[in-house]
Amino acid sequence: MNVLDFAGAFFGDGAHWHGYDGIPQRLLEHVQYSLLALGLAALIGLPVGLVTGHTGRGGNALALVATAARALPSFGLLVLIVIMMGFGLLPVMIPLVILAVPPILVTTYEAVRSVDPAPVDAARGMGMREGRILLQVELPVALPLILSGLRSAAIQIVSTATIAAYVSLGGLGRYIVDGLYQRDYEKVVGGATLVAVLALVTLALFWAAGRLAVSPGVRRR
Amino acid sequence: MAAVALMAAAALLAGCSSGDGEDTGDNPLDGEKAEAGTVVVGSNNFAESTLLADLYGEALKAKGLKVTYKHNIGSRETTYGLMKNGSVTVLPEYNGSLLAYLDADAEQTSAEGVNAAVKAKLDKSLTLLESSPAEDKDSVTVNAATAKKYRLTSDSTIADLKDVAPELVIGGSPEFQTRQQGLKGLESEYGLKFKSFKALDAGGPLTQAALTRNTVQIADIFTTDPTIVKEKFVVLKDPDNFFGFANVTPLVHKDGLSQEGVDALNAVSAKLDTETLLALDAQVQLDKKDPLDVAKNWLKSAGLA
Repeated sequence: MNVLDFAGAFFGDGAHWHGYDGIPQRLLEHVQYSLLALGLAALIGLPVGLVTGHTGRGGNALALVATAARALPSFGLLVLIVIMMGFGLLPVMIPLVILAVPPILVTTYEAVRSVDPAPVDAARGMGMREGRILLQVELPVALPLILSGLRSAAIQIVSTATIAAYVSLGGLGRYIVDGLYQRDYEKVVGGATLVAVLALVTLALFWAAGRLAVSPGVRRR
Repeated sequence: MAAVALMAAAALLAGCSSGDGEDTGDNPLDGEKAEAGTVVVGSNNFAESTLLADLYGEALKAKGLKVTYKHNIGSRETTYGLMKNGSVTVLPEYNGSLLAYLDADAEQTSAEGVNAAVKAKLDKSLTLLESSPAEDKDSVTVNAATAKKYRLTSDSTIADLKDVAPELVIGGSPEFQTRQQGLKGLESEYGLKFKSFKALDAGGPLTQAALTRNTVQIADIFTTDPTIVKEKFVVLKDPDNFFGFANVTPLVHKDGLSQEGVDALNAVSAKLDTETLLALDAQVQLDKKDPLDVAKNWLKSAGLA
């Protein structure tokens, strides 16, 4: 049997389409975990990245923290946290957020730093306050790059949220982990396919968000 | 995701290699053959296997045989191939688990029957020596609080759970849910219906943590897991051998071991029971002692070295 047969068998089986272990339920759980993790990571990464990018201070410290955070193995961290803290959603969120903050933080910082200084100086010369300069001048110009940071964070979260299944939570990882243990490779391939599709959908959503949110004057032609 | 993908790849590889049982031709895993006259004692990649290999190796050394160790080789899929081609001479095995590997459909009704069935299925160059009474197998184990609440003791059996099962959350590896020697069988043979099932790992740190923290009240824990001693878990008796047999038994490459060596290993098996093994495992895994020292000390106290 090749991988396509496995996938066909998985998606063709009606039993996989309903109930607590059905595809809609697992997909919903996966999206919930991913959105929560992305939201938390953006809540940390965006403000810090915007402020440090605007003031131009702390860039080296940021790079250091981001590199260190990227070196942490999500899977090992998850098992460690669960053994220390017990089971639940929080122990899964910690490694996912740690995974997602660095790309958001670093690209946001770089995006704001690389805004053309001329309009910023002009805005300052017209008497705009710093907060307004950041939000009304720098942010719109930096937006495409900021979105790309959020996008790579989101895709990493979508693919890594599968590890939640290892500590008895749901999500699409349930199929991969269960399938491996049960030697049911249809499930593994089915789960992996769904994760890949979800990652592509995430990509498409960010593309659409970019079309809607980025000012036509800034958009690359 | 990288970790999960790696696990997937590893399991797929393992799945593939278990299929080609007879292929010994140009296997890249073929190591060099053992040096003549030297006994190579191997072990799988978990703590108890290392300890058992040290026990065997030191017992052989005490009889004047030349011994080298190859520890932490991998899973049975790997070690079985290395045993067949003679790269490893002696390996600690578990009779029922080995039978399940050689023949997934084999019935397991008695320890003797299992050993006979294994010998019939083994490669011609290999044989099993005598089994020890020590067993490391799956079990249904409750944590201390649950045992107290429902008055379960070490004399209670799996069947005694009948009335309380609906109030308990059970934990085990994901395959425990679909196995006959798991939730399926517990329901069909004992009528046990649990409140819910939590997918954890195969008797590893997650299962131990979940049972200790009462996230699950009952779990599949291996019978020689030192956490049983540490956390005062209660292992329920399995008089019907629902979980089959997993007696510690040396698997041997016939050409590599003299009669003297065979006698030495049989002497070890005769003295090794589950409680002894549990105590030795605890010294290694809880007290962090060197397995080689633990092995030497026990052999001395048992009069085998």
